[in-house]
Amino acid sequence: MKKDKKLPDIKINKEWCKGCAICVEFCPHDVLAMNGAYPEVVNLEACTACQLCDVRCPDFAITVNKNEQEETNEAKK
Amino acid sequence: MKQKNDQFEVKVITGNEACAEGALAAGLRFFAGYPITPSSEIAEILSMRLPAVGGKFIQMEDEIGAMGAVIGASLVGSKAMTATSGPGFSLKQENLGYAAMAEVPCVVVNVMRGGPSTGLPTLPSQSDLMQARWGTHGDHPIIALCPHGVRETYDLTIRAFNLSEKYRVPVILLLDEIIGHVNEKVIFDKKEKFELWQRETPDVPPENYLPYKFTESDVPPMVSFGKGYRFHVTGLVHDETGFPTNNSEQIIKFLQRLNRKIDRYADDIIQVHEDSEEGAKIGLFAFGSTARSAKNAVNLAREKGVKINFIRPTVLWPFPQKHVARLADQCDCIIVPEMNLGQMAHEVEWASAGKTEVIKVNRIDGEPIRPSEILDAIMERV
Amino acid sequence: MLDYNKYLRQQKFPLIWCAGCGDGIVLKSMLRAIDKIGLSKDEICMVSGIGCSSRLTGYVDFNTLHTTHGRAIAFATGVKMAKPEMHVIVVTGDGDATAIGGNHYIHAARRNIDISVILFNNNIYGMTGGQVSPTTPIGSRASTAPFGNPENSFNISGLAEAAGASFVARGTVHDALILDKYIEKAIRKKGFSVVEVMTPCPTAYGRRNRIGDGVAMIKDLKEHSVSVRKASKMSEEELNDKVVTGILVDRERPEYTDNYNKLIERVKGSNS
Repeated sequence: MKKDKKLPDIKINKEWCKGCAICVEFCPHDVLAMNGAYPEVVNLEACTACQLCDVRCPDFAITVNKNEQEETNEAKK
Repeated sequence: MKQKNDQFEVKVITGNEACAEGALAAGLRFFAGYPITPSSEIAEILSMRLPAVGGKFIQMEDEIGAMGAVIGASLVGSKAMTATSGPGFSLKQENLGYAAMAEVPCVVVNVMRGGPSTGLPTLPSQSDLMQARWGTHGDHPIIALCPHGVRETYDLTIRAFNLSEKYRVPVILLLDEIIGHVNEKVIFDKKEKFELWQRETPDVPPENYLPYKFTESDVPPMVSFGKGYRFHVTGLVHDETGFPTNNSEQIIKFLQRLNRKIDRYADDIIQVHEDSEEGAKIGLFAFGSTARSAKNAVNLAREKGVKINFIRPTVLWPFPQKHVARLADQCDCIIVPEMNLGQMAHEVEWASAGKTEVIKVNRIDGEPIRPSEILDAIMERV
Repeated sequence: MLDYNKYLRQQKFPLIWCAGCGDGIVLKSMLRAIDKIGLSKDEICMVSGIGCSSRLTGYVDFNTLHTTHGRAIAFATGVKMAKPEMHVIVVTGDGDATAIGGNHYIHAARRNIDISVILFNNNIYGMTGGQVSPTTPIGSRASTAPFGNPENSFNISGLAEAAGASFVARGTVHDALILDKYIEKAIRKKGFSVVEVMTPCPTAYGRRNRIGDGVAMIKDLKEHSVSVRKASKMSEEELNDKVVTGILVDRERPEYTDNYNKLIERVKGSNS
């Protein structure tokens, strides 16, 4: 039986983001896309929480919360 | 008699040796330098002496690096010094400005030789006076001391450290080749205790610490790196927090305090030895090794019945303006002998504000000014 | 992923660097490495010179020292000698470390003083507007090389190796997680260590040399980097436009502050 997948939580800090699009271009699963000057999440379902967007974001403007804790809690239920 | 020997030590040493010994007495724990005549003995002695007291000596790859290393060492709490001569002093100027800007205590010895450029490497001069004051760019505070003998070199080296710690400012010790290399008998009193100043440390916890705080004294308390107070040090104009600022009001506030901190304590810093005679109309202003000839000339003149007011500053920057102004009020002329083309005479003229005539006695050939040359200048005015 | 915030002076953000500049990627990698080693913030002194990458010290909550152009390693030498228990990390750029500061770079390597240098190589003077640097490739354009750079460029990792560094590695911002390992090893290494990081300057280099923006430059870096192992099987001609990445040097040599402390013990011993 397939377990309900708790999706990762991607946060983009527009105060610090400069819109370089590195996160968008290097996301292996096309989770992100540019919308005007800033990136936005367009396909959260595809996100594997690999966090490469965070690793390569030069401006500390994107974070991916894996929600692992919640997942285990869910599983326990 | 024996007891006396226990208390006093008689040594015949050079000014360079006295400088190294004075630095150790002041608590020197870090020296970075680069070989240059006629200052190298200071580095040589300290390479020998520092390890024995747990201190560090490093011969850097260049003069610039030596000045940088000194600032780094001071920031982690070591009393730090470098020693050089004219061309090397030129190379240190940028980082000297950094020390002034970031308010890092340190001592820079310049054993002056003839210039410009490579100039007269083995011969004395007093021609780095303006470089000491204005060698680095921008309006900045500086203190420069200038001894006239070996014992005074020892004492002023200690004072250089004290002033630098007290006011968080680089202090320049201006020797010249004569003072650096002359051997003199010096009597050290082993029981003599020198007052040693340490930089004032903050009395607030790290979260409340402002490394460049505007305080009543204008000298912000300073804590060493690694003590739990993490802060930023930069050569950029900064605000109280130590971080760069482009705010006009903050820039003005900071730079004014930086310079005011020395200006307002000038009376505490300046030391002038005065040897005056009632009714003397001839003034004499001399410093460093030239003051030795000047003293001799004063004695010879007095033997001839000529009255002289002789002043000898041991602090050249800040300039002893009030003392010179007084001398200008008293005398018809001020004779200024110096081994350059008139760098201090220019300051004396400014400080006497046209009230008296300033007479220059100069030598630039690497030879000391002889007492007879100063005496001649005196007798011409009688 | 690491919560970087505990190492940041967040009130100083956003970062001064241009959109697409790689310097922030390197900064993150440094913080992950520092966190992994578990160094306390008080025992780190981070020293930088002048240039874009050197502005980094303003953003991190360590004992930070932003010095004069080219002199970071000299200042760091004073810090390390006077307080050897401090972890001293130098942040510098290609112009800062190998043009105006080249002398300190090679001599610190020769002494093998325990300082870790993170060298941001963007092949250009970014902050001053894109002038040619010692690592600008021959033929590339810069504001002071309008007809293409006529000079040969430095291999700055090779320079550190030849001068005597204990540890030298080269990485790129494309492979930022591998960079963490190089930086971690560099900090752990007792001795002089250099991590040369290839990082894009889209504003002053990419645009002028028609490579494009930050994204295009990072892709370009990826295409041109080859591992040391792979490179060993390639000809000099094939390696001409390549960036060789990996650990280039990892060796044991006597370390300077250790040597000096032994000297102190010896002198003190013979005096007593």
